[in-house]
Amino acid sequence: MSATELASPAVTQMKKVCLLTEIPRLGARVVKTAAHGNIAVFRNAEDEVFALEDKCPHKGGPLSQGIVYGKRVACPLHNWNIELADGCALAPDQGCAKSFAVQVQDGTVYLDI
Amino acid sequence: MKKMKLVMVGNGMAGVRALEELLKISPDLYEITVFGAEPHANYNRILLSPVLAGEMTIKEIMLNDVDWYEANGIKLHLNKKVVKIDRVKREVQAEDGTVEPYDRLLLATGSNPFILPVPGKDLPGVIAYRDIADTQAMIDAAAKYKHAVVIGGGLLGLEAANGLKLRGMDVTVVHIMPWLMERQLDRVAAGMLQKSLEDKGLKFALEKHTAELTAGPDGRVAAIKFKDGSELPADLVVMAVGIRPNTALAESAGIYVNRGIVVNDTMQTYDPKIYAVGECVAHRGIAYGLVAPLFEMAKVCANHLAHMGIGLYKGSVTSTKLKVTGVDLFSAGNFTGGPDTEEITLNDPVGGIYKKLVLQDNKIIGGVMYGDTADGSWYFQLLKDKQDVHEIRDHLMFGQNHLGNVGHQGQNKAAAMADTAEVCGCNGVCKGTIVKAIKEKGLFSLEDVRKHTKASSSCGSCTGLVEQLLASTVGGAYQPADTAAKPMCGCTDHTHEEVRAAIRANKLLTHEVTYKFLEWRTPNGCASCRPAINYYMLSTWPHEAVDDSQSRFINERAHANIQKDGTYSVVPRMWGGVTTAHELRKIADVVDKYKIPTVKVTGGQRIDLLGVKKEDLPGVWKDLDMPSGHAYGKSLRTVKTCVGSEWCRFGTQDSTRMGIELEHDLFGMWSPHKVKLAVSGCPRNCAEAGIKDVGVIGVDSGWEIYVAGNGGIKTEVAQFLVKVKTHEEVLEYSGAFLQLYREEARYLDRTIHWLSRVGLDYVKKHVVEDAENRKALYARLKFAVKDYADPWRERAEGKVAKQDFEMLSV
Repeated sequence: MSATELASPAVTQMKKVCLLTEIPRLGARVVKTAAHGNIAVFRNAEDEVFALEDKCPHKGGPLSQGIVYGKRVACPLHNWNIELADGCALAPDQGCAKSFAVQVQDGTVYLDI
Repeated sequence: MKKMKLVMVGNGMAGVRALEELLKISPDLYEITVFGAEPHANYNRILLSPVLAGEMTIKEIMLNDVDWYEANGIKLHLNKKVVKIDRVKREVQAEDGTVEPYDRLLLATGSNPFILPVPGKDLPGVIAYRDIADTQAMIDAAAKYKHAVVIGGGLLGLEAANGLKLRGMDVTVVHIMPWLMERQLDRVAAGMLQKSLEDKGLKFALEKHTAELTAGPDGRVAAIKFKDGSELPADLVVMAVGIRPNTALAESAGIYVNRGIVVNDTMQTYDPKIYAVGECVAHRGIAYGLVAPLFEMAKVCANHLAHMGIGLYKGSVTSTKLKVTGVDLFSAGNFTGGPDTEEITLNDPVGGIYKKLVLQDNKIIGGVMYGDTADGSWYFQLLKDKQDVHEIRDHLMFGQNHLGNVGHQGQNKAAAMADTAEVCGCNGVCKGTIVKAIKEKGLFSLEDVRKHTKASSSCGSCTGLVEQLLASTVGGAYQPADTAAKPMCGCTDHTHEEVRAAIRANKLLTHEVTYKFLEWRTPNGCASCRPAINYYMLSTWPHEAVDDSQSRFINERAHANIQKDGTYSVVPRMWGGVTTAHELRKIADVVDKYKIPTVKVTGGQRIDLLGVKKEDLPGVWKDLDMPSGHAYGKSLRTVKTCVGSEWCRFGTQDSTRMGIELEHDLFGMWSPHKVKLAVSGCPRNCAEAGIKDVGVIGVDSGWEIYVAGNGGIKTEVAQFLVKVKTHEEVLEYSGAFLQLYREEARYLDRTIHWLSRVGLDYVKKHVVEDAENRKALYARLKFAVKDYADPWRERAEGKVAKQDFEMLSV
């Protein structure tokens, strides 16, 4: 979910990740978590942020390393195109990476895990 | 804003394709209504023959079912024939009184079969071959009756005859001309075709003029009588003598019609609010009856309806393939030739192979193939691209050189493969899977097959085979893309060349400016065009264009090769493949310190450290203290060398030194694809220079330079460019060749792909014959690589983007 559409938990219950500016535009950072493994936090050209498990539904490629464009990322291993909003592959490919709620407040990125 | 109303009359393949294209690029612009005269949604008309032959069912050939229309918010009127267009009120009216207003009208009324005006043409049992109803009528007749006569020995007639024969009927094909398929075949090929169809049990009555059809006692057709007095029994007569554009509706509305509904290059009729596509259209005087041109029209029409206004339809060259199992036949363009044309023929009547190519001004303008059509798509590509073939003329007839292709057991004839045989060795896709997908999912293009099956989507070595499968499954509907005019990707209609020219002419230096200037459809491109644009800007405006690392593939962003588990591999540069005890000791220490699991010697004479964690990369580079080998980049990879005259008893030249000099000279060179070099010290060629982008071979009197070799997916032997005397000349000629490639090739072209388009003569003209141009090219290359900083050192010293390598935690 993008930050603006999010209607869920208050930021206070979410985990602070980094400053928005610490994620490259049209890029991602990897967040190590105990419970969910690696999570990729993406930032697009409009400064929207998205969080997906860092694992392509195809062969587990690290999505964080892919090329981000529009609201999608292309997996670096075999070029599957994944929607950042829900983690699902573009047809005709099938499968979804788990997505997490994430939001930006006062320039800081918070992740709901 | 209120949506505009788009009404489409006709629910066939061309029209629906136009809607699909429109929905892709501008889904919210129109409220769409469709009228179809048939009770079915959109089906794949070209697969009616396999249905008749019992190889497929109606259900399998549906392209868009009723749900598709609903899902896309399209109002569908089936079984309603539109009878009136009121251009003043801008509305159409159907037979049953249904009225729909329009802002834009799209006519896709298709064509009608031509019925011979002979007595008895309206008798029961006399039908055309056009739609599902006709096909069903034939299937029903085959169950009850014995004698079938098909009038018309063209593509459709033969497919109908074959289907009826397979359903057990005794079939005679009646044809007015001296040989079959005279619009697609010459006499020799047609003779071979007739022979093989006769072997299947079909009968032929050539040069016969139908006089009348007569009825039996039950009122149904019983016989066909010819002008020469002879006659044949006939319980079923299928007229397949051609089609006529269905223009009645347009004509009744006063729209200009000449053979078909006359349209301009944006598919507009004389009333600019009314568009027309498909078989009902006459474009530049031609009415097309094959699917491929109709799809091209659909795309242009959609583009214009979406207010993009870029696409123009300029007519099509078409090719034909007969869909009769076991008959291999291909024809394209002008195959009869004329006074200014030349022909190359190969004729092996016993082996059942006939090939003819027609050339004009060293370009293929047409061809016919029978028995062996494996290279049909390749010839057709050369024809469409108007490529000069004089350099390959001596072996043109033997087809594209498949010898170097690997990954599919040396097969290059798809027809000969079993359904279980693997076509795509990268993704493990078998022939049966591909054919099934083509049929069931209604695929028409290589791109479609790649998307749905993954076949040919990785290394591409099986592309030829997949093209053959497409051609044999959908027939003439498969047309290889016009590579010369292919848009870069879905984000634009511009070709690579157009984009490059714009970057040069307008000095575009950033992605943002380029996308805006070229009116990209997406805000920041896609994973396919972004790296290309980045390269085009950098290679055109070195030291000025902004290198956007987020537009580079991960390997070039991380300066290491990503592996299947997300770790990276590190290959330090070893100039000319020469190393020292000191370097090896450092490498060994790094392997120990970072617990690197695999150490491997590469094919390019250096050492690969595999399984390095991303966060360890800067440390590894710092401890190695060796320059990047760029084993990850579209850039200079290695210069492989043999030891040469310094040690070798056969060596005539110091190949090692030459190699090291070349590698230093080209260090920091980004290119459309990877670039590999080799230098051998004598013609024994131990450095394997014959399969490199630039291969240099020392001889006693100097150096021979070979270019555009490739040892990968398809083995390509490098071609001799020039012989020179000095090391300096080797640097200048090699550099100039590579600079020309850097400036002109499309992104992801290897040197051979580019060279096979432009030809070796072109390269010689610019690099060998024109000394001034060579020096200018070389100077531009030297300028581009000037002051190149080793990327590993920069990152090891923490000068660049530390955050690229660090993980976060919560």
